[in-house]
Order: sequence, then structure tokens, then C-alpha cells
Amino acid sequence: MPAVREWLAAQEQKELLRFTTCGSVDDGKSTLIGRLLYETKQIFDDQLAALESDSKRHGTQGEKIDFALLVDGLSAEREQGITIDVAYRYFASEKRKFIVADTPGHEQYTRNMVTGASSADLAVLLVDARKGVLTQTRRHSYLAHLVGIRRFVLAVNKMDLVDYDQGPFDAISAEYRAFAGKIGVEDWIAIPVSGLNGDNVAASSQATAWYSGPSLLDHLNDVPLDVSADAAKPFRMPVQWVNRPNQDFRGFAGQIASGTVKAGDDIRILPSGRETRIERIVEAGGDLAEAVAGQSVTLTFADEVDCSRGNVIAVSSDPPEVADQFEATLVWMADEPLLPGRGYWLKSGTQTVTATVHEPKYEINVNSLEHLAAKSLELNAIGVAEIATDRDIAFEPYAVEGSSPNRVLGGFILIDKLSNATVACGMLHFALRRAHNIHRQHLDVGRETHAALKGQKPAVLWFTGLSGAGKSTIANLVEQKLAARGRHTFLLDGDNVRHGLNRDLGFTEADRIENIRRVGEVARLMADAGLIVMTAFISPFRAEREMVRKMLPEGEFIEVFVDTPLAEAEKRDAKGLYAKARAGELKNFTGIDSPYEAPEDAEIRIDTTAMSAEQAADLIVDEMLRRS
Amino acid sequence: MSSLTHLDRLEAESIFILRETVAEAAKPVMLYSMGKDSAVMLHLARKAFFPGPLPFPLLHVDTTWKFKAMYAERDRIAAQAGVELIAYQNPEALDKGINPFDHGPLHTDLWKTEGLKQALDLHGFDAAFGGARRDEEKSRAKERVFSFRDRNHRWDPKRQRPELWSLYNARKNKGESMRVFPLSNWTELDVWQYVLREGIEVVPLYFAAARPTVERDGLILMVDDERMRLDPGERVVMRTVRFRTLGCYPLSGAVESEAASVEDIIAEMLASATSERQGRAIDRDAGSASMEKKKQEGYF
Repeated sequence: MPAVREWLAAQEQKELLRFTTCGSVDDGKSTLIGRLLYETKQIFDDQLAALESDSKRHGTQGEKIDFALLVDGLSAEREQGITIDVAYRYFASEKRKFIVADTPGHEQYTRNMVTGASSADLAVLLVDARKGVLTQTRRHSYLAHLVGIRRFVLAVNKMDLVDYDQGPFDAISAEYRAFAGKIGVEDWIAIPVSGLNGDNVAASSQATAWYSGPSLLDHLNDVPLDVSADAAKPFRMPVQWVNRPNQDFRGFAGQIASGTVKAGDDIRILPSGRETRIERIVEAGGDLAEAVAGQSVTLTFADEVDCSRGNVIAVSSDPPEVADQFEATLVWMADEPLLPGRGYWLKSGTQTVTATVHEPKYEINVNSLEHLAAKSLELNAIGVAEIATDRDIAFEPYAVEGSSPNRVLGGFILIDKLSNATVACGMLHFALRRAHNIHRQHLDVGRETHAALKGQKPAVLWFTGLSGAGKSTIANLVEQKLAARGRHTFLLDGDNVRHGLNRDLGFTEADRIENIRRVGEVARLMADAGLIVMTAFISPFRAEREMVRKMLPEGEFIEVFVDTPLAEAEKRDAKGLYAKARAGELKNFTGIDSPYEAPEDAEIRIDTTAMSAEQAADLIVDEMLRRS
Repeated sequence: MSSLTHLDRLEAESIFILRETVAEAAKPVMLYSMGKDSAVMLHLARKAFFPGPLPFPLLHVDTTWKFKAMYAERDRIAAQAGVELIAYQNPEALDKGINPFDHGPLHTDLWKTEGLKQALDLHGFDAAFGGARRDEEKSRAKERVFSFRDRNHRWDPKRQRPELWSLYNARKNKGESMRVFPLSNWTELDVWQYVLREGIEVVPLYFAAARPTVERDGLILMVDDERMRLDPGERVVMRTVRFRTLGCYPLSGAVESEAASVEDIIAEMLASATSERQGRAIDRDAGSASMEKKKQEGYF
């Protein structure tokens, strides 16, 4: 079959274009995509038959086929008549294969729009010819541009409803031109289409004789690809996995983010800065001479140098920067707002580190592009903030003027440490200067010396529990018993710290986190000084207790859960606080109108309903001495 | 060097996903169903971890009702060096003699959905690769590449994690798991083109041959063994047929075809007018929302 061979040979040369479509709820986006699938023969007879029967049942086009039903996948959507999540569609022309991220239009799903746009080369913005450029159109242009899309198509849809008249089309183009200039969108084209009837979708339409530009499909066939731009940049590859099947082979597997690599190239490993040479590019079918951006490869080195998952391999003459403090744009994607100061997982490339976000510098009003003051970011909010990571990471600025974005080393996500949900995505701008200049002071008399002089192993006994659980009482007894045995100790008590170090903090969630962070830092300094530190704080959130645990060397953080049921603590109510909280005089009171997250694996758990404070203190001292 | 073709880029993306899972999961497994998608996924995995062996076992969740040729293919793969293949049958379904003739939707539910959950729990697998593609079915089009499942293996389409760039969030708590779909962005045509390009062996059932068949409810079913029940008046007829998708033989519809090679299949697809899932009786259980419902219950 020569025809098939010929066709297959042509297929081998096909390129891949990813694009996203965005528009307001009623702009006919799903209909247009359905139409593209139909015109490029992606719809089979059985699907068309199902579509015809579905159109009669749920359709909004009367007797006509409702192409939107092809695209709106989930049953909930079909019932509501709207698209609620990102859906991926596939079709091909003679020249290219296309992956379409179809994203919803309404405001509350900004996160899905950003998701769909994150991997796209181009955005198709839908506008209704009768309605023109809406707030949604501006918002979507801004968001798509924000995540690095540089090529736009303004598809002026429903031309059939304005009698294919040039007037409305010109007015909309002019209006968009003014806006595009403001946000830096330079490469864009307006095309008059009708998704319903197919005008200018796959072929130029007679109905718009006044329009001489390409059809939508022609334009998608010809637009340049980001992957070609990535190949021209310096070589970078995040290491995904170290392939070590036996003693004789050690390969570093990953997908090339940018540039090209060949055997003999001098490379640098980041963040360590160690250098070596590429020995081989290993592949099942035989070694490759060269590999390029986008390929997944396995590299071997000329020397035995340290390199592991999360490291970045880069051309040694032009490596990326390494830093631990950044400015970044954040798009918040979770129902729970950003908590400045809380530790989140930050994943960038294949690196996962702990990161804290400062209070935002500002939030961006996507409709007016104004900068607003903000203390936090809520779902779908976009803001600019400083971020600190707990160790150095290799990175590149996400946005590059006049080129494709550095998606791999400039994009990141934030992950909640407890729920593991992806709560935000972000784009790195630049490293902060102070991160370059401030190096931790190397001290000649170190923590080991401090501890050795005192003849003890430092530790932080972290008492946590409800107000009135008995934390301070027990911690006091423990300190007395340790002092009696000649141990050097210090007790940090919640009430005392709040009168001094932390008197500027209140009881909001953010303030409580900052309170614990400061106490944690002080406890760590004291442990560095060789002391056994006891802290007695409600410390209601697991994430913060875990944050302090991570500040200390393995084994030095001992969590003591003073487990007193709420009813019992409330009955004791030594300070009369529960009564006040119940009366509504105290807000954000743990156990009443603010949650307490009990430890799941505390080193020591004290059941105060089963033992006295004296017994509890003995138990803790015994456990403490056993551990040292 | 010339720029990457669409197959090159699909291959690179799938390999990235396979490696990312192995790097982040504690105990991954690859669901292996002997079909063309499984064959492609296995081939990609071998490339991803070359020159090392596969860093995970294959798991076949068996229903006892697959085609004989599929069991032969499974045994051929299991015998290859470096392959560990686990076959699992739900003991309850075995005990009750669950079959596609008497039990309708319960057949899929007990053998496949329940069987899969049991096998994953039994071995403590926390990430399972599946060969599903987004182009197969509407509700699949919205599923993530890394699809989070709760302790009961349930999928919640409203609480999916946003998936940006190629940053996959594989983190989970104890007892929770991930279903990972490395072929998410492939189409049926991509799969066949890749099979051809790479010379991947697939089950002969995909190629046309004279086979004993009956016609029932608009499907051509193959009489693969003596357990096939015939309705009154049904006659076994030899037809030259092939299969576009494979499953339990009494539920898999064949198409009449002369395509005897991968090239023939691709030629036929170009002229084809029906989608591949059309031959699947199981999608029809509850109207067009059937797959979404199954997935929420824990089906792949």
C-alpha cells in the first residue's frame, strides 16, 4: 500500500502544537472546538449518532447538532450547561497534531484557566460578535500572558448572528488592540468565525468576503512553536532519577528543559557547582550523538561526582543562578488562603523543598490591573510576594522578553504539607539580593562544643495541648526534676513569651503561626547553646510543629502531647478563659472557635485523666534520659 | 538535528511521567491488560529505565473471561527476563462464578473494579500505571495524568489537583494512592503509528483472521471457548474479523476487516467511521455517563 506508506512518512514529520481556548460562559467555546474536531474528521459515525440524539435531549440548538455536547464531559456539566474543568482534546491537520486545553470561562475557575494555559504555545480567545470585548476577555488575556503565552488569536465568534457584518468585527478588533498594547500582547490576530456554521474555522468563508486573513486552522498550522525557541537556549536538564542497576553503571535520567547536549560537553551540577564532562547519552537503541530540548534521556559522566534527583545539569559556561530567596508571582488555587510564614512544599523542576511566603507586596486586580494592598491571597487571587526556601535551588526567571518562557526552571507549585493539595502555582522573577550577599556566619565554637561543655545532649521538649491541659504545670515539674539531676535547662512559657518577644502578635491564624515560628527559632538557638529546652504552647497546628521539628537535628525535637479532653480542660478552666470564649468575649479560642490539630505520632503522649502531673513529669524525665 | 516529531514528543512526555512516578512513589505497579496500550506502555517503560530492569512489577487483574490469545500473550511477557508479573483474581467473584452472561454490570464491578482494589491493597501498591488515554471517552478527557484516589480508591472529579506545566504533585498520605496515566495525550492513531515505528508486538486478535462468531445486539462476538452461551436461533458463523479493543471475549465486539498488518490497520483507521470504544458493551451500562460513574467507584 504505497498510499499508506506515503501518508505515514508525512505523519513522521508532523509537529505538535499545544493551545488553549478561553472565553466567557456563552461565547460558544465548546461549540467551536466541537466544530474543529468535526471539520478535521475526528468525529466518528457512532459519536455523531450519539451526538444527534444527545442534541435533541440536552442540546441548545433546536434541531441543529449541538457540537458543545462533544466537549462537555462530566455529567454535572451537562446538567448545568457549563464547562467546569480543563478538558483535553486531540485533533490533527495535514501538518500538525494539536492538543487543546479547553478551559472554563467563569471567574471562580481561574485556576483551571491558568492550568490549561501553563503548557500552551498559543491562546484562542473567544468573543461573542454581539457583545465584544468583555471583562472576561481582558482577564483571560492577562492570565494567559502571565503564564507566558505570547501568541493570541481573537476568535470573533457567532458572526452568523451579526449577519457576517464587518462593522462589529472591526470595532472589536480596535477595542482589543488598545487593550493588548497595555498588557504587552504583541503577536495577535483577529479572525471572524462561526463555530455553529463553520465559517473561517477550517476554510475561508464566502460569507466574510471582506476578510482576507487565514482561517483559524490555517493559522494554527503556521504559527511558530515554543519548543524550537527552547532548543536555542543554553543546556539545562533537571535530574529526575538516578539509574543505577549495578556497580558499573550510573546514569542520570531526565527531560532536557532547554538547549542541546552531546558527548564531551563540559557541564556543571547545581546547586553544588561541581563540574564534569558528559560521557554518553544512553538509549535502548544505541547511544545518541546529540539530544535536544524536549527529549527524555539518560546521561553518564566522565567522573564520579555527586548528583541526585532535584539537581540540575547545565552547560558549565552558562549555568543558571542558584538562590534561596526570590520574588515571584503567585496564583492562589485553594479554598484555604495563603498563610504567610507557614511552610509549604515548593516543587520546581524535580526539586522539592520547604518554602515560606512573605506577606504579599501587592495583589493584582485582574480586571483593572491595579495593585492592591494584601495580607494574604484567597482562591483565584494573583499577587507578588517574596519567597524563601530552606535550601538553595537552581532557577531561571520565568518570563523572558521576546522568547518562550522558562517553564521548567521558572515555574513552581506550592503543596500543602498536611493535605498534600496543590494550593498555588507561581512564576519566579529574580533572586533577592540579600540571598546572594548574606552567608551564614561560620562559628568556631559550635553546638557540639556547647553541648560537650555541659555534658548533655541538647533537646527541645515541645509540650502541646489545649489551653488548661496542664502543659505549663507538667513542664515546670520536668524542669525541676532535670535541674535536680544537674541538667542545664530553660522553660519557654506561652504566657511569658507573649508579654515580651511576641507582644506585637494577636491570635489570628497568621499571628499564631508567627508566634510559633519565633518560639521555634529561639528554642533552636538555645538548643545550639547546649540547653535542654521546654516549651509550653498550645501550638494548635500540625504544620507549625512540623516546621519546628525540621529546624532541629534529627532526634532533638521531642513532641509531648498533653492529652486532656476539651470537656475536662473546660471544667478545670483555671484562668476562666473558656467561660469568656463561650460568652463570645474571646475570639479564635482553640477548641471553641479555632481548631486544635492533635499530634498523630507524638514521641510522648500524656493522658492527664489517667495520671497526676507528678507521674507525668517522671514519665517524661525517664523517656528523656533514655533518649540521651 | 531536526526538530522533534509529535511521536517523539509524546514518547518523551510518557517517559518523563514514568520516571517521575518511580522517583516519588514508594511501591509502584503497572496495570497490564495485554492490549495495545499496555504493550506501548511497557515498551516505553523499558526505554525509560534502560539499561536497568523495570523497577516495578506488572499486575494483571484477571476476570477468567479474557481471550485465550491474551493469556498466551501474558505468559509470553511474564517469561521475559526482568519481568515480574502478578495475576490476581477476586476470590469472591471466583467463588460465586461471576460471569458476563448471568451477572451483567456486576461482572465488571466484581472482577475488575473490586479485583483491582483488592490487588492494590493486598500488595500495598501506592501508585498504579494505567494505559488509559484521554481521547477514549469524555470523562477521561478531564482526568489528570496523576489522578489522586482516597483511601477507598475513589476519584472525585470536583477535587482534582490542578496540574501545571510538567509539575506533577505525587504526594499523598498513608493509605491514599495515585493512578498514573502515561499515555494521557496519545490518540488511538498515535498508538498504532508508534507500534509500527518501534516494531512492538501485539496480540494477533488485532489483525484480521477467520474466527468463529455470533452476532448479538449489534455486536459481533467471538466464540473463543465452550463457555460461550448461544441464544436460541443463534448460529456460529466464520467471519473475517479483528478487534480494536480487547477485554472479556463475551463483551468485546469485533469489526469485519481485512487488515492483516499494522499498516493495514492504520489505512483502515484513516477510512474508518466508528470510534474504538463503540465495541465495548460495558460503556453502555448506564447511558453516556457510565464511565464517569465507574471511575468514581474506583474503576480504572
